[in-house]
Amino acid sequence: MRRQWDVLAVISAGGVLGALARHAVSRALPASPTGFPWGIFLVNVTGCLLIGALMALVTHVWPGRRLLRPFLGTGVLGGYTTFSAYTVDIVRLADAGAVAVAVAYLAGTLLVALPAVYGGMVVTRWLVRR
Amino acid sequence: MTVLLVALGAAVGAPLRYLVDRAVQARHDAVFPWGTLTVNVAGSFVLGLLTGGALAGAVPGSVTALLGTGFCGALTTYSTFGYETVKLVEAGALGQAFANVAISVTVGLAAAATGYALTV
Repeated sequence: MRRQWDVLAVISAGGVLGALARHAVSRALPASPTGFPWGIFLVNVTGCLLIGALMALVTHVWPGRRLLRPFLGTGVLGGYTTFSAYTVDIVRLADAGAVAVAVAYLAGTLLVALPAVYGGMVVTRWLVRR
Repeated sequence: MTVLLVALGAAVGAPLRYLVDRAVQARHDAVFPWGTLTVNVAGSFVLGLLTGGALAGAVPGSVTALLGTGFCGALTTYSTFGYETVKLVEAGALGQAFANVAISVTVGLAAAATGYALTV
């Protein structure tokens, strides 16, 4: 694998910005041991909406910019959204006896975040082609 | 201090996700996103260990900030998981899209539960 230090550097810097934004949101919306994790839910849904928008922009408006997708997509949005807090919160909720909340969180995130990617992509494509 | 630890963990976790994804995707020709699946499952296991340990009082808050919120948070990703799933749907590979969601969630949860059960 050819080492691309500038790509790794912008991914690292973007990842720090995204993680700090996620940390700020989850601090603002702290989850109780048996409550719905609204903070990480909001982070993953907005991050999915933004990756859809970003990929449409990278394809249709800003093609050929080598560091843009690594910085904003892999770095900022990759560091902002998280899969590990999603799975571990489901396990933690189930272990605390809040099985219904765990199932609602599991399904709710998938049912809102995945369409959000598509929505962000389609709306941005429509906006840039007007 | 917590903010600094989160930043430090993320500074390593995000580029490691990129390197693992590149290494895993280079090993096969298929379009299935095995690379993202790998980091998401690995990060779920490690965060499970940390969260169980924190509940048991064995893992201090500073370690959770550095390795949990920072490193595991940035190593794993929901946006790339979502984007790669939607790309499979757009390409007409509905079976692979469904498999990506089903495998990511079931194996990710199994990894998180295993880590959690080992330390809680």
